[in-house]
Amino acid sequence: MIKANFWQFSFALLLTIKSASALAVPTDEELAAVGERYLALAHASFSAAQIESKVLQQAVYEFLDAPTEENLTKAKMAWSEARKPYAEIEAFRFGNLPIDDWEPQLNAWPLDEGFIDYVDQSQYFYELGNPVGQANLIANTRLSFGPQELDLSELTPDLLASLNELGGTEANVATGWHAIEFLLWGQDLNGTNPGAGNRPVTDFALIETDCTNGNCDRRREYLKATTDLLVADMQVGVDFWDADIESNYHKEFVALPAREQLRRILFGVGSLSLGELAGERMKVALYANSPEDEHDCFSDNTHTTLLHDQIGIANVLNGRSDFVDELDQGISVMELLDQQDPALARDLQNALQHTTEIIGRISQSADAGIAFDQLIAPGNAEGAAMIQQAIDALVAQTRLIEAAATALGLSSLAANTEGHF
Amino acid sequence: MNRVLSSRLAALILSAAAFCTFSSPLLADPSKPGGATTTEFQDVNAFSQPATNLSLDGRMNFSIGNSFFRNPWIAAPATTTARDGLGPLFNTNSCQGCHIKDGRGHPPLPGQAQAVSTLIRLSIPETQERPRGAAEGVVPEPTYGDQLQDFSIAGVEPEARIHWDYEFSQVELSTGSSVSLRKPLIELSHLAYGPMHPDVMLSPRVAPAMIGLGLLEAIPEEEILANADPDDQDGDGISGRPNMVWDSIEEQVVLGRFGWKASKPDVKQQTAAAFFGDIGITSSLSSQQSCMPAQTSCIEAPNGGSPELSDELLDFVTFYSQHLAVPARPDHSNTEIVAGEQVFHEVGCASCHTPKWQTGTGASAALSNQTIYPYTDLLLHDMGEGLADHRPDFEASGTEWRTPPLWGLGSYKIVNGHTQLLHDGRARTPLEAILWHGGEAEASKNNVIQLSEDRLTHLLTFLDSL
Repeated sequence: MIKANFWQFSFALLLTIKSASALAVPTDEELAAVGERYLALAHASFSAAQIESKVLQQAVYEFLDAPTEENLTKAKMAWSEARKPYAEIEAFRFGNLPIDDWEPQLNAWPLDEGFIDYVDQSQYFYELGNPVGQANLIANTRLSFGPQELDLSELTPDLLASLNELGGTEANVATGWHAIEFLLWGQDLNGTNPGAGNRPVTDFALIETDCTNGNCDRRREYLKATTDLLVADMQVGVDFWDADIESNYHKEFVALPAREQLRRILFGVGSLSLGELAGERMKVALYANSPEDEHDCFSDNTHTTLLHDQIGIANVLNGRSDFVDELDQGISVMELLDQQDPALARDLQNALQHTTEIIGRISQSADAGIAFDQLIAPGNAEGAAMIQQAIDALVAQTRLIEAAATALGLSSLAANTEGHF
Repeated sequence: MNRVLSSRLAALILSAAAFCTFSSPLLADPSKPGGATTTEFQDVNAFSQPATNLSLDGRMNFSIGNSFFRNPWIAAPATTTARDGLGPLFNTNSCQGCHIKDGRGHPPLPGQAQAVSTLIRLSIPETQERPRGAAEGVVPEPTYGDQLQDFSIAGVEPEARIHWDYEFSQVELSTGSSVSLRKPLIELSHLAYGPMHPDVMLSPRVAPAMIGLGLLEAIPEEEILANADPDDQDGDGISGRPNMVWDSIEEQVVLGRFGWKASKPDVKQQTAAAFFGDIGITSSLSSQQSCMPAQTSCIEAPNGGSPELSDELLDFVTFYSQHLAVPARPDHSNTEIVAGEQVFHEVGCASCHTPKWQTGTGASAALSNQTIYPYTDLLLHDMGEGLADHRPDFEASGTEWRTPPLWGLGSYKIVNGHTQLLHDGRARTPLEAILWHGGEAEASKNNVIQLSEDRLTHLLTFLDSL
C-alpha cells in the first residue's frame, strides 16, 4: 500500500515537472515523423550515390576499352564526381550499426598500397607487423604468408573482398573507393608539395610491349573487379533503406522507439562532425603534418570529401539533398526544432552554413592550386589556421547539435546500453 | 487507456526520467561485461569500438588516439614530424602491429623473420654489486637492456634474431582423450653487440588485447588489495599477491595492474613504456633513447625530437587505450553456458578469475561506477614450474603471473583468427591454457582433468561465450 502511494505521489510529481516545463518535449508522433523523413532521405541519398557509382563504372569500362589519357582523365573525373554523393551519405553511417559495418569494404583508409601494386620503396612506409604489406596482388598469382597459400590467378570481386584486412592488418585494403583511387592516380610522391599521384596511362596498356611497370592485364582486371564490387556494394547500401524489402535495416529502424530513432539520427551527424571530420580527418592531419593522414591522398581530392561530408550533415538535419527530389514524407529535424525552440533552430542553421562556408574555403584553396596536403605542411601557418578554423566551426556546430538533442528531449546522444532509453 | 495516450504517457515518464538523476546503482547485467561501455559489435571489429557510453567529445579524442595507435611511425628525420622517431632499435613500427585489430598478438609464424607481435624480455639476477633500483622492476641485461629488439633503422644493427621452436607433451583427460601441449624453445642468434651475460633470463611475451583497460584501471585499489592473501591465511591454497611497483609520475611505490606480471601501475605508463620499448619512441616518461652504452650506432642515430611523442599525443593514445569497449555477451543465459559457468565456479577458476567488480572513479565518466565482468583479480599467483619464466619483475617471482582478464575470450577467434593464449601464446585453445595451470591452480586444473565429457564441454562453451 505504502509503495502504491509512493508511486502515485511520484507520478503526480512527474506530471508537475512536465506541466511546469516551459518547453514540452515533442510527442512520439512528432518524433516518428522525423524518423520517417530520415528514412526517405536515406533511401533517396543512397540511391543517388549508387547511380553516380554506376557512372564511374561506365567511365572505367570505357577507359579499359580504350586506355587513353583522355579516358583516364574522364575516369578520374567520374571518381571525383561520385565521391560527392557518397561523402554525403556518410552522415548516415555512425549510430546505424549495419551501415558502420558495411562501410569498410567500400571506404577503408589508410591503405598500404604495396599490398595492391608496385610502389616507390623510398616513399613507402607500411606497417611492419603487416606480413603482406608488399604483397603486390597485381604482380603475383599466388600469395603465401605463414601457413596460408592463396590462389590469386583470377582477380574477382569476391576474391578481392576476401583479401581485405588480410593477416589482421587494417591497412590491407584491397577494395573500395581508395583502392580505385590508387589504381587511377597512383602513389602521390609529392609529399606536402604540389601535385597528386601521377600514374602513367600506359600502366593499363592493351598491348604488352606498351605496358609500363608490368602486369597491365592484371591491373586492368583488378580495376574492373574492384569497380564492379563497389557498384554491387552500393546496391547493398541502397537495400538497407528500401521500404519494400521484407527484412532489412529500414524495418529495424521503423520498429525502434521514436526517441531512439532521433538519438541515432543526431548521434550520426554529431559523430561525423566531431570525431570523424574535426578529429580523425583534420586534427590528426594537422598534428602529424602528414599526407599519409590525408583522406583522399592519391587524388588530392580530400577537400571535396570534407565539404560533402559537411553538406551531408546539413542534409540530414534539413531533411533534403541537392542529389534528391524534394521529399514530402514526415518532417525534418530542423522543422521540429523550429517548433520547439526557434532561436536554437536559427543558431544551428547558421552554424551549419558557417561551417560549410569555412570548409568551402579549403575547397577553394584546392581549386586555386593549394590542396589539403599542402595546407598541412610543416610551417604553413596560414594553412594550419584555415584548418583550425574548420575544426573550430565543426566543434561549435556539434555543440548546437547536442543542444538540439536536449531541446528535443534526449538526455544523452551516447547509446544507453540499458536498452533503448 | 487508448494507445496514443499510453504511448504519450510512456514518453512523459521517460522524458521526466531524463531530468531526474536516480542514485540507485544500475542493475548488474552479465550480458554487458563492460557495463555501459559494452559494445554490441560482434564481428572482426568487436575489439575496436569506443566505449558505447562515451560522449561526442570523448569520441573525438578516441579517434585521434586511434590514428596514432594505428598508423606506422617512421625513421627520423622526416617531414611528418609528429610521426617520426622510430627506433633506432624496435620491435615494430605501430601499436596496431602487435595489438592486431586491438586484439592479441601471436607467436612468430613459421618462416617469419621477425617476431613482431611477440617480444623477448631480458634481465639478469639482482646481485649485491648490481642491486635493483627502486624504480626498476628488473636489472637489465648489461649489453642489450631489458628487451630484445629484432628490428632497427638503417645504419643500426638489429640486436639479434629469434628462433622459435616448440617441444611437445601430452596430457590425458579422465575421459580417455589426450591433449597435446607445446612449449616454446627459444634460441637467439646473430647477437650484434657481443655475447649476453651468462645468467641472462629470457621471457617471451605476446601482446595482449586492448579491451576494457580503463575499467580495470578504475577498480578501487583497496578492493583489489582486500582480495590479496599473500600468506594464504584462509588456507584455500590460493595466495594472491599484489605486485607493488614504481609509479614514475607519482614517484612512489603503488599497486601494479598492467602487463603479464602487473609491473605497470596505469594505462598511461604502460602506453609510454610500450612506445619506448617496442617502437623506440621517447616521451616525457622515458626520455632517453633505448640504446645501451655499447650500442654506439644506436646512440648516434638521429632522433625525432626530444621527446619524440608529445605529452598531448601520449594523452590521446592513453585515452584511446582506456576506452576500447568490451563486447557484449548476448548468449550469456543459454542453458549450456549457465551450466558451464557453474562448472567454472565449482572447479575453482573463480578463485582467481574473479568475475565481477564495481569501478570507482575512472579516467572519464564513461568508465566510472560501472559493474563489470573482467574475470580477473589483478593479483599475482604462483602458476608452477610449467609456466615459469624464472624472471622476477618488481615483487613478482619467477613463477608468478598476474591473472589475465578473460573477457573477450570468445571473440579472439573472430577478431584475430586464433586462440593462442598465455604469455607466450603456447596454448592453442582455452583447454590447453587450463592444462598449463600449475602451482596454486594445480588443484583446479586437476578438477578440470577429472570432468566428465559433458561438463568439460559446458565449461569450454562458457569460456567461449565470454
